Amino acid sequence: MKRFVALFLAMMFALAGAAWAADDAVRIGVFLPLTGQNAFGGQLELEGVQMAHKEMGEILGKKIELFVVDNKSDKVESANAVKRLIDKEKVQAIIGTYGSSLAMAGGEVSEKAGIPQVGTSCTNPLVTQGKKYVFRVCFIDPYQGAGAATYAFKTLGLKKAAMLVDVANDYSVGLASYFKKSFTKLGGEVVSTLNYQSGDQDFTAQLTDMISKKPDVLFIPSYFAEGAIIMKQAKELGATFTIMGGDAMDNPQITEIGGKAVEGFTHTTFPYDPSMQDMNAAAAKFTEEWKKAYPDKEPNVNAALGYDAYMIIMDAITRAGSAEPEAITKALAETKDFVGVTGETTINATHDAEKPVGLVVIKDGKKTYVGSITPEL
Amino acid sequence: MTAAMFIQHFLNSLTLGSLYALIAIGYTMVYGILRLINFAHGEIFMLGAYFVFYGLTLVNLPWPVAIVLSILVTAGLGILVDQVAYRPLRDAPRISALISAIGVSFFLQNVAIVFFQAIPREVYRPSWLEDPILISGVRVLPLTLFVPVLSFLLMMGLVYIVYRTKAGLGMRAISRDIETSYLMGVPVNRVIALTFGIGSALAAASGIMWALRYPQLQPIMGVIPGFKAFIAAVFGGIGSIQGAVIGGVALGFIEIMTVAFFPELAGYRDAFAFILLILILLVKPTGLLGAKPEDKV
Repeated sequence: MKRFVALFLAMMFALAGAAWAADDAVRIGVFLPLTGQNAFGGQLELEGVQMAHKEMGEILGKKIELFVVDNKSDKVESANAVKRLIDKEKVQAIIGTYGSSLAMAGGEVSEKAGIPQVGTSCTNPLVTQGKKYVFRVCFIDPYQGAGAATYAFKTLGLKKAAMLVDVANDYSVGLASYFKKSFTKLGGEVVSTLNYQSGDQDFTAQLTDMISKKPDVLFIPSYFAEGAIIMKQAKELGATFTIMGGDAMDNPQITEIGGKAVEGFTHTTFPYDPSMQDMNAAAAKFTEEWKKAYPDKEPNVNAALGYDAYMIIMDAITRAGSAEPEAITKALAETKDFVGVTGETTINATHDAEKPVGLVVIKDGKKTYVGSITPEL
Repeated sequence: MTAAMFIQHFLNSLTLGSLYALIAIGYTMVYGILRLINFAHGEIFMLGAYFVFYGLTLVNLPWPVAIVLSILVTAGLGILVDQVAYRPLRDAPRISALISAIGVSFFLQNVAIVFFQAIPREVYRPSWLEDPILISGVRVLPLTLFVPVLSFLLMMGLVYIVYRTKAGLGMRAISRDIETSYLMGVPVNRVIALTFGIGSALAAASGIMWALRYPQLQPIMGVIPGFKAFIAAVFGGIGSIQGAVIGGVALGFIEIMTVAFFPELAGYRDAFAFILLILILLVKPTGLLGAKPEDKV
């Protein structure tokens, strides 16, 4: 079926491509997980990109065309998606994706083709490592892991940690190891590290074992689909420890999906949340525009990153005065103090965005932004 | 490992195992009669769970009504799948029907993505199922007891149908020799439809219980449980109902107990199921109980 859908999409895009080939619009590709395990985040980021596109649909006097391809939360599909964007749609820059594994698979393709790619929320350091054409608007996991560890150990005073890690996922494995490194460096102890695989639904065996080790905090660098079930099963099995997670758990529906089980759950995220007290001008504008566009939906950090990824490319094109891939790449690398929804962004030497780590707690059934920390590595 | 922990693991295994067993029965029944591996079975399981969810939230039905309706609709759907995708291929080589089954599986998955969206949905559970009972250090969800008991009752009902009713006699006759059954006046197509109906109803029942146990719905939720149940059916001896039950329960225990005793191997849990499949196919290709033809349904 995947093949069939791929073929069908390819045909659709081929037709669309033929129709567009005539005019000289700026062609921006988007590849995101719109189905599968990561659909939660992918959909939100797409909405962010589309909102930015609506707001800024023209640049250098040319129309901007968006080409969206679903990478189906699958590494192989992800590489295919980027290939299609480059070969068939002839895009000049690419936005995406949610999910580090997906970004790495896609990044290989854009690197070879020399088309700039701006990651939204792919936080594993390997995503941009050694890549000339791959950038991102988010911080990286060593930084985030240190943020979570510092908050758990110093602010909450939790000394014994356990980790439940998705071994099939680069993001999860990476973030867990960075959390562990920082947590033990601070003086804490990791008493249990157990694994699972993406798509698992039964975690009772791992959790039963973990509860017997009596940790103070369970760190789950999971994606949202598994994270909510893990928390439910942990509560059912009588777990009383604090549960913490990373940015992948940031979702406006967390309280709807998780119900009582997510109360007290704490996660690190990018410095934007609608419950934030002191928003910058870009964030305030984004929040307002979002509420107009989607009145029944809370704005979220993934949408904000999608929006920022689009805008940072626009910023690069404007500064370069050209929409040629090489020119965009050069300008992106020189991005400095770009004011985005998720804070001021400077692209550093490794093509990562430098920004502080935000913290959100679920309190009384509501997401509450408690502030940001700049962890020491 | 303390005794309380062991009992906790035991109960977890039993619940997971009985769910696998219920799904495995659907595979085994269809295989027994048509020699067809109905790969769409996992999707039938998924739809059963979704129907309850929509019955509860959209139409606001009370729980029992939603469950019964979902089982009936899913059974009907199973029969429809047979009529549309398998019946025209009854006389074709077996591989054609198998490919058709794979097609149906992907089709249903994608239809579900279109209609239900890919975003996971939470299942709202009644609180009497959600609040755990504490028995000397072991936390027992009412559901943990409920699932094996209900699964057992459903299996008993099935055994009754197969061995004590005329329709069951028809099923057993067809599984022996479909052409002779035609000649003897067995209403073959009706019996086959009934088989699909029963198999799908059991898949719906397990889908509903699965959704209560792991309260999240996704259009791809049937894929892995479907594969696991298929392995369970092969392990027990595909074609044999008793074998499917034994295989399902055994697989539940193998999965949970390996993690319980070797927690560091937890990431390879799925691998154990597939290693089991390969071993069984190498050592005893007919499965545990597959050798006895009179058990075939």
